[in-house]
Amino acid sequence: MSGCMGCGAGRSCNKSQKLQSSNSQFGKSQSNDGSDRKSCQDCKKNAGMVVALAGNANVGKSAVFNQLTGVDQILGNWPGKTVERAEGILQYKGRKIRVIDLPGIYSFSTYSLEELVSRDFIALEKPDIVVNVVDASALERNLFFTLQLLELEAPLILALNQVDLMEKRGIHVDVEMLAKTLGVPVVPMVAIKGKGVLELTEEIVKLAGRRSAPSQTESGIKSRLKYGKEVEERIEKLARLLDGIKIDYPRRWVAIKLLEKDEEITKLVAGMDGSLVSAASDLAKELEEMHGESSNVIISAERYHVAEEIARNAQSIGVEGVSLTDRLDAIALHPVLGYLSILAVIGGLLVWTFVIGAKISELLVEVLRPIEQLEPVVSGPLGDILWNGAFAGLVAGLTLVIPYVLPFYIILAFIEDSGYLTRISVMLDQGMHSMGLHGKAIIPLILGYGCNVPACFACRIMETPKQKLLAAFLVTMVPCTARTVVILGLVAAFVNIWWAMALYVFDILLIILLGRIAFKAVPGDSVGLIMEMPKYHVPSAKVVLKQTWARTKSLLWVVFPAYIIGSAALQAVYAAGWLNPVNDLLSPITVAWLGLPSAVGILLIFGLVRKELTILMLAVIFQTTNFAAVLSPVQLIVLALVTMIYIPCLAVILCLAKEFGWKKTAAITVFEVVFAILLGGIASRLLMPFL
Amino acid sequence: MPKEQIEEYIEAIYDIAGKNGLAKTTEVAKRLHNAPASVTEVFGSLAESGLVRYEPYKGAALTDAGEEVALKIKRKHRLLEVFLSDILGIDPEKVHEEACRMEHSISDEVGDAMCRMLNAPARCPCGKLISPCEKEIATCNECRTADGSTDSDKSAAPRKVVPLTDLRPCQKGTIALLRGDKKVIQRLSDLGLTPGTEVVLMRKTPMGGPIELCVRRTNLAVGHEIADNIFVKAVLEA
Repeated sequence: MSGCMGCGAGRSCNKSQKLQSSNSQFGKSQSNDGSDRKSCQDCKKNAGMVVALAGNANVGKSAVFNQLTGVDQILGNWPGKTVERAEGILQYKGRKIRVIDLPGIYSFSTYSLEELVSRDFIALEKPDIVVNVVDASALERNLFFTLQLLELEAPLILALNQVDLMEKRGIHVDVEMLAKTLGVPVVPMVAIKGKGVLELTEEIVKLAGRRSAPSQTESGIKSRLKYGKEVEERIEKLARLLDGIKIDYPRRWVAIKLLEKDEEITKLVAGMDGSLVSAASDLAKELEEMHGESSNVIISAERYHVAEEIARNAQSIGVEGVSLTDRLDAIALHPVLGYLSILAVIGGLLVWTFVIGAKISELLVEVLRPIEQLEPVVSGPLGDILWNGAFAGLVAGLTLVIPYVLPFYIILAFIEDSGYLTRISVMLDQGMHSMGLHGKAIIPLILGYGCNVPACFACRIMETPKQKLLAAFLVTMVPCTARTVVILGLVAAFVNIWWAMALYVFDILLIILLGRIAFKAVPGDSVGLIMEMPKYHVPSAKVVLKQTWARTKSLLWVVFPAYIIGSAALQAVYAAGWLNPVNDLLSPITVAWLGLPSAVGILLIFGLVRKELTILMLAVIFQTTNFAAVLSPVQLIVLALVTMIYIPCLAVILCLAKEFGWKKTAAITVFEVVFAILLGGIASRLLMPFL
Repeated sequence: MPKEQIEEYIEAIYDIAGKNGLAKTTEVAKRLHNAPASVTEVFGSLAESGLVRYEPYKGAALTDAGEEVALKIKRKHRLLEVFLSDILGIDPEKVHEEACRMEHSISDEVGDAMCRMLNAPARCPCGKLISPCEKEIATCNECRTADGSTDSDKSAAPRKVVPLTDLRPCQKGTIALLRGDKKVIQRLSDLGLTPGTEVVLMRKTPMGGPIELCVRRTNLAVGHEIADNIFVKAVLEA
């Protein structure tokens, strides 16, 4: 220990001079814009300016993004990566500037894909300007990331966000001092209220204009960022050795990464000159022997030391009283009240969704009734048949998915943005461990109650591939709104509400059980929970709507096409007269094992496309909506149970395949079909004596 | 007095009295199947060698030196339990007895080598925490990558560290050692949990759930298993 403290003390003296940097403007090191951005295909097409937003999670980065870009946003993935990418256009005084929102990260290590994507974007695609959004109340931790951006020699503007919350916490930041120390412009903001947005925009345009100025010397950049003597000497030594090789990353940064034993960079350099890697590892070893810590930890500690120093000089901290967050957390994280509030919030969310959803759905059905045909067109030209099917699919999407999913996701985004969802994650963390997951997995699982498709995409928040897959598998077991419609329509309406509730509870137990088994069976690593606990705040309507849209949009490009095309295909099958042959083929399963009428066979095929089709087609086939007249209570429950579990619907299968490949998707699908049939048969035998 | 006997007594006092309580003579006697009179005698000689504080008619409490011996022996005991059950595949029911016999005869070096081989386990098979070694290292990785010869260089003055999970809510500590997966250590130091940094345990959640800690003006939730492997020097409140 004494060693660590000692080197900390030694550092501060040489640092204090080094941090006295010139206010010389900066980022001029890449004056050769055109050639540098060769790799950026889009830039070529669009020749405009590119601004990247970077920063930690929970600093209001998306609020800044929304303020800058308004409605012109493109959401997608980073090429070949399952990392979301948001892009928008900022229009200012006739200029069109592309704004790229990078993922919220804490460092440029190789901890996650998000970190790799971000560092490669900044280092290789060289955006014209990087806006580093920082949380003004946690300056020290945010500056840790800022320092890494400066190491990457990014042309930086610091957006000091949430200054209102900072002042509430009794902190004052000397903006000019901070700008002077870092050598970059600093713009105080309250992005959520639109404060500082104009200033930031002007700063962006101003800095971009200056980018043609003579390039800053490397020493100019270095002077701001020097570490303790032992570390600094080795960085410089290594950087000099790197002079000979051609590499797209800044040299000093590569030297630091080599000392940190960064896997990607070490591999890259090893491919060019093996002796450099061994030189780096010798230097790293010297450091490790000196400090008795591993080199990456030493460098993180050094960086934090610099951040600490800058923060200490630039801010003054007053006394903070008991905050609202503390008071709310006393309830939210309470052993009893905490769980009760989770139950109330999630229960309330589901009830609200289905009350509101049913109303909207009814309304939409009224509107669409004149043009909708419930009765499938089964004769006539093929074109008509397909058109009818496709149209029915569209109507189903409009009346059954949107009315439920939309209100669900709006309220969920509200809960999320308020900060409460992280508390739910914390409270349920231990329970998730038995399934090889941790608290964060509760987010995709809850999303699954709306629609499984966005929920599968949300599994990206998990850290390891194993955890992503496990979470997605469990998500497919969560009854989405379409399945809830079936459960309510069959069981709650014609048996009683308690059996419907029992199915829900049974499903949760099943998820826990299968989660435990899958955790043991699937190879790979699981890591535990490490998550920031943001302060509670009043959600912003803009962020909530944005988040809702980000989730619902996958309905439009995955669920709707699957609904429309699938429904048309089914209509064709129906019209071609395959109904009875299919039913006959499936009757050993449907009739003999599950104890259902043989007509149900085709329903289960239809349910592949849209789960709620089972209930619609049931009405068509039996020519009645009083299902109690045609099916016994046991049959109703068994049908609902099988529908709930038997297969992720077509849209989910497509989404799983996109995220995990066809092999894993097929395994999940086959398992769920077999499992549901098995369970259905057992249930029909066990329930007989009771109903 | 033979080393084994001293260690048995220290262990018994540690188990009965905990870290700073008093172990009654009769309780120790009952546990070790000895007569109270001979226990009193041993307490006397232990007190002489500075391992316990003996209060006549009341019992004995461990001194700092005694506690150190206790923690060392407990560490070996629990490492042995993991080794016996995980590597040798011995019935977990039996490992305690076996470890009780073996713990006195293995050296610190063997204990540390087992720790390295077992990838620095955090807990014994029955779930009790294994205290970290006394080497001057910040992460277990270093120990794993270092060859055996450098090991002895790293042993230094013992330090009193506790897992973060042992702090009381609102108690402060400074980070001493991070143990565990390389990526997890990277993430923790990226979030500011670097050696020497002051942290405050804000809250523990029910049922062994994550703990909430405050570091560099940010609150983090950290899973219990990860927090078990973050060792801190506790800062006593004024």
